[in-house]
Amino acid sequence: MEPAEIAEKIKEQFPDEFLEVREFRGQAAVTVKKGRLVDICRYLHDEPSLFFDFLVDLCGVDYLGKKENRFVVLYNLYSVRHRHRILVKAEVPEASPSIDTVVPIWAGANWHERECFDLFGITFNGHPDLRRILLPEGWEGHPLRKDYPVKGPGPDQEWKGFTEVLARAQRYKEFEWDE
Amino acid sequence: MDNLFEEQEKSFETKQLTISLGPQHPATHGVLRLDLLLDGETVVKCTPYVGYLHRGVEKLGETKTYFAALPLSDRLDYISSMNNNVGYVNAVEKLFGIEAPERAKFIRTMVAEMGRLSSHIIWLGTHVLDIGATTPFLLAMASREKILDLFEILCGARLTVSYPRVGGVRNDVTQEFLDRLYEYVLEFPARMDDYETLVTENRIWKDRTVDIGIISAEEAVNWGLTGGTLRGSGVDYDVRRYAPYDAYDKVEFDVPVGVKGDCYDRYLVRIGEMRQANRIIKQCIEKLPAGPILADAPKFTLPPKDLILKDMEHLIHQFILITKGPTVPEGEVYVGTEVPKGELGFYFVSDGTGKPYRMRVRAPSFVHASVMPRLCEGGLIADVIANIGTIDIVLGECDR
Repeated sequence: MEPAEIAEKIKEQFPDEFLEVREFRGQAAVTVKKGRLVDICRYLHDEPSLFFDFLVDLCGVDYLGKKENRFVVLYNLYSVRHRHRILVKAEVPEASPSIDTVVPIWAGANWHERECFDLFGITFNGHPDLRRILLPEGWEGHPLRKDYPVKGPGPDQEWKGFTEVLARAQRYKEFEWDE
Repeated sequence: MDNLFEEQEKSFETKQLTISLGPQHPATHGVLRLDLLLDGETVVKCTPYVGYLHRGVEKLGETKTYFAALPLSDRLDYISSMNNNVGYVNAVEKLFGIEAPERAKFIRTMVAEMGRLSSHIIWLGTHVLDIGATTPFLLAMASREKILDLFEILCGARLTVSYPRVGGVRNDVTQEFLDRLYEYVLEFPARMDDYETLVTENRIWKDRTVDIGIISAEEAVNWGLTGGTLRGSGVDYDVRRYAPYDAYDKVEFDVPVGVKGDCYDRYLVRIGEMRQANRIIKQCIEKLPAGPILADAPKFTLPPKDLILKDMEHLIHQFILITKGPTVPEGEVYVGTEVPKGELGFYFVSDGTGKPYRMRVRAPSFVHASVMPRLCEGGLIADVIANIGTIDIVLGECDR
């Protein structure tokens, strides 16, 4: 099915949730409201003519100062049976950065959502195990946000886990042989 | 008799034990750590921990121009850097709206398949070594060395090649390279026969891999598995076949698929892929067309060095492209390519400047590592090692 037709189907099924569709280089990206996102995903997954059984990717994008709603969570869906693709984008405001989880629909979303939480600070309601994944527990801030400095918070604000490791290494260096 | 055993079992006091496998365990192929809750030898719960190699590639990509971010892709899956480069340049080309000339496409297909061979050879060697056979590992490393030598002839680098360019490739192939590659390709099937004699019907190998880590086709798709790990479950999904990039639509190849979805099927699929990769390289050498190796799009491709030294106009283009970056149309693209590990996808959001607004790497190893609990729980601890080998992960790509 052509991307435009898929977008049309979503629009027919969820007229209130549908915001816009954009086509670029033959790929269509549908923007929806985040409220009934799980219903939309369930429809895309179950409808036999669409059958999006494969969640290729799930990631966040930060539009700081560019859009009214700061974050976008992107669901990159593919149908292995029908060989078609659609990008579904859900807008998430900065004031309440949370969205419902899609893990019950696609098991593979588990780690993608954890990563999105880790790097963007978007919480996924109902996620079975929402912890940081790439960064250590206790890290402050969310690095992929546009207002996070590229080189880190600065040398005087070293992550305290790192200073602990340094201190421990120093301690192990001092070793005395027992007679 | 039964009563006796029951009484004996009651008198034993057993308890569950947590052990940490990795991050420096040689069988975890990098810095993967698994927290295993064991009941005797049975794995009750498996919790993977990743992130030890996190370097912030996605954040770094946002600070560099599209040309300067290419070497970052080398460092994702560092044992098949050529495939990552090909995936990266394909995505950028789609965003720019340019296309590489025919000769460059064939060269890229050829070197990508060489990368696939070298990666699969390493997978075969280490996977078999983990399970206890040393000989195939030594043979495999010797064979991989020859591919790395060929890469060195081609572009001077062995591991982090950065050979493809946006709009083509860096330099043309030499006749010496093609001759030596063809020689390698002709003798490769015999090498494959050697490996298969040692492994495929080996009794110990079959005992360790048949019916281990079974995942059904529906479940594999639901978990988002790709590449050989998915095809082992019998799903005929290959990006090279269904969304052909470069010259994959002009060469003939088969996509091997498994039946049961256990470790042994995934092994057979990858062995089949190696033979197909060899076949593709052979066809690319035979069909290699003449012509330019860089697209004729001065606003989007870096000009060749010899022209920069002679010509004012090319010098200006080079200066603008390196410092400011090209003027890219606003929009977003996702391009997936088939790398040895699975589907590597690049998703770019462009805001019209020379640097990507958002660069997203869809890493197959990340998804494959997430399926570890599903494969390991309920099995034996020895099978955990077989499962790590069979999903074929590289932690550099997983942690990005």
